[in-house]
Amino acid sequence: MSTTYTLPFEEPVVELDRQIEVLAAREDAKGLETELDSLRRNRDSLLQKIYGQLTPWDTVRVARHPNRPQTADYINMICRDFRELHGDRTFGDDRSIITGFGRIGSFKALIVGHQKGRTTQERIACHFGCAHPEGYRKALKKMKLAEKFGLPIVTFIDTPGAYPGLKAEERGQAEAIAINLREMSRLKTPIISIVIGEGGSGGALGIGVADRVAMLEFAWYSVISPEGCAAILWKQANEETNTLAATSLSLTASQNMKNGIVDATITEPVGGAHRDPQHAAEQLQKWIIDSLRDLERFNSRSLVERRYEKFRRMGSMTTA
Amino acid sequence: MVRLIGVGGTQVSMQRSLHMAEVKTRSWSDVDAGHPTGKKPVPEGLWVRCPSCSSILFRRSLENNLNVCPDCEHHFRLSGLERVQQLADPGTFVAMDEELMSHDPLEFVDVKPYPDRIKAARKKTGCNDAVHCGTAFIKGRKVILSVMDFTFLGGSMGSVVGEKIARATEAAAEENLPLIVVAASGGARMMESGLSLMQMAKTSAALARFDEMGGLFISVLTDPTTGGVTASFAMLGDVILAEPKALIGFAGPRVIEQTIRQELPEGFQRSEFLLECGFVDRVVHRSDLRSEISSLIDYAGK
Ligand SMILES: [Zn+2]
Repeated sequence: MSTTYTLPFEEPVVELDRQIEVLAAREDAKGLETELDSLRRNRDSLLQKIYGQLTPWDTVRVARHPNRPQTADYINMICRDFRELHGDRTFGDDRSIITGFGRIGSFKALIVGHQKGRTTQERIACHFGCAHPEGYRKALKKMKLAEKFGLPIVTFIDTPGAYPGLKAEERGQAEAIAINLREMSRLKTPIISIVIGEGGSGGALGIGVADRVAMLEFAWYSVISPEGCAAILWKQANEETNTLAATSLSLTASQNMKNGIVDATITEPVGGAHRDPQHAAEQLQKWIIDSLRDLERFNSRSLVERRYEKFRRMGSMTTA
Repeated sequence: MVRLIGVGGTQVSMQRSLHMAEVKTRSWSDVDAGHPTGKKPVPEGLWVRCPSCSSILFRRSLENNLNVCPDCEHHFRLSGLERVQQLADPGTFVAMDEELMSHDPLEFVDVKPYPDRIKAARKKTGCNDAVHCGTAFIKGRKVILSVMDFTFLGGSMGSVVGEKIARATEAAAEENLPLIVVAASGGARMMESGLSLMQMAKTSAALARFDEMGGLFISVLTDPTTGGVTASFAMLGDVILAEPKALIGFAGPRVIEQTIRQELPEGFQRSEFLLECGFVDRVVHRSDLRSEISSLIDYAGK
């Protein structure tokens, strides 16, 4: 699959991709299967090698790849009979968070997810995945609906952060997120979350207080973006300081697992989810179904109890 | 062991266990600000310039006025210990969990190593981290009091701050006491990254339980309260009070200016603005905080 957007470290693959494309387009392509196969194998092993040694900052770039599947894509690939539900009943309908009922495998669930948008128009309408307070309030309203009808909740996290703007402040960005954290901690229904791309700070956590949290292999999750961190600590965000900050922030899936912040890493296809969205969706779906099935053992009381204990234990400190 | 300079010139040792707490005094009188206590956490020059009206103020008389400018009512920032002195009945504050210390779990790479930053902050403030929690009396009413200290790494919330707030909340639940948290923070502490972020969930979850059992939580917002602290426990008060003109928000003003590419209106993200937007119950002058809090405790029947 060719991509129109190439990350700097993917350059070595571009030539191979081009050769494969040219060969596959030839009229006599059928007779060239062996050659094609060997080219593909070369490309995949090259990709495997490159993606096996990504720096944390490279990982952030993969997480932001414009062709990376988004919440709406996963909903399309994973959910049957999706019924989107709009609006926070108070102010409006924030397009940067999608909510709705959907069937995943044998489960009926409520789906909540940040949406960044693909085309320029969509991206502007979605504020590039940065939700306003009404987005978080919409999410909570629908999550309460799920609780009422005993549906599990599946959230897809993919945001650079909650929207930092004048109107967002006026309408109580901090309050909206705080309320979500408090209410999600006591919702009497299973909640699972997957960081599918960017897990930017409170804006990510605002739909991420869950019984099980997973990250896609090349997603990032942290208290601040590398650029934000670099600008504060090194007084400027550039290639060098972003790389340093990304390393410092322990933002990769494996680091977050090590720190007890997420429970699982979902493997992505060779070369990242943007190279094979369908395959990524299958992995994601498998984890969702396995997790929901696993959580069926708990009644709502012990579910809430265990969720509390899980977050209560987080942190690391010493005593004097 | 950290020592707290007690009101009235006596030193009150910071006791560790809440259960060991004994009531030192049970005073109904207001703190007499006219009798400043011996040592100050940050000794500086004799004169201070008010950042708001530029008046030159005699430090001693500023302190006697609760660190509020007598000319323009500008509320100067307080250290955690100063705040405790001002809010609690003299000698009643008994600290808990002071032994919790931040370390460097992520081996954070920075222009200055995180352990050095912590050490420097400890030395500067005489505190172990950016929040003090303990039992205290406010106008004779027993409370769990948590006070953040902006002078300690910008009052940032890492694992220790989150843990102490959660424990304070649990203590309030256990003893059925009102919980008072005075926020002053730039937000979550970057050097503990995801672990800091999770303190937002931890503190909010603890407050959910406290709420469930009918506990009273009064959140007092002071200058500045931003980021992950605002977006978690600080905004979850049953009643939210704010000191005049405190900066309160989610995103910092500079970040917002960069996003919207225009100057922010006068008074944006200040207490009075939040009151108007509906996110603060009352803007309260520092000298009225004790009576406000005690009155609210009475209304809630706690
Ligand atoms: Zn003044």
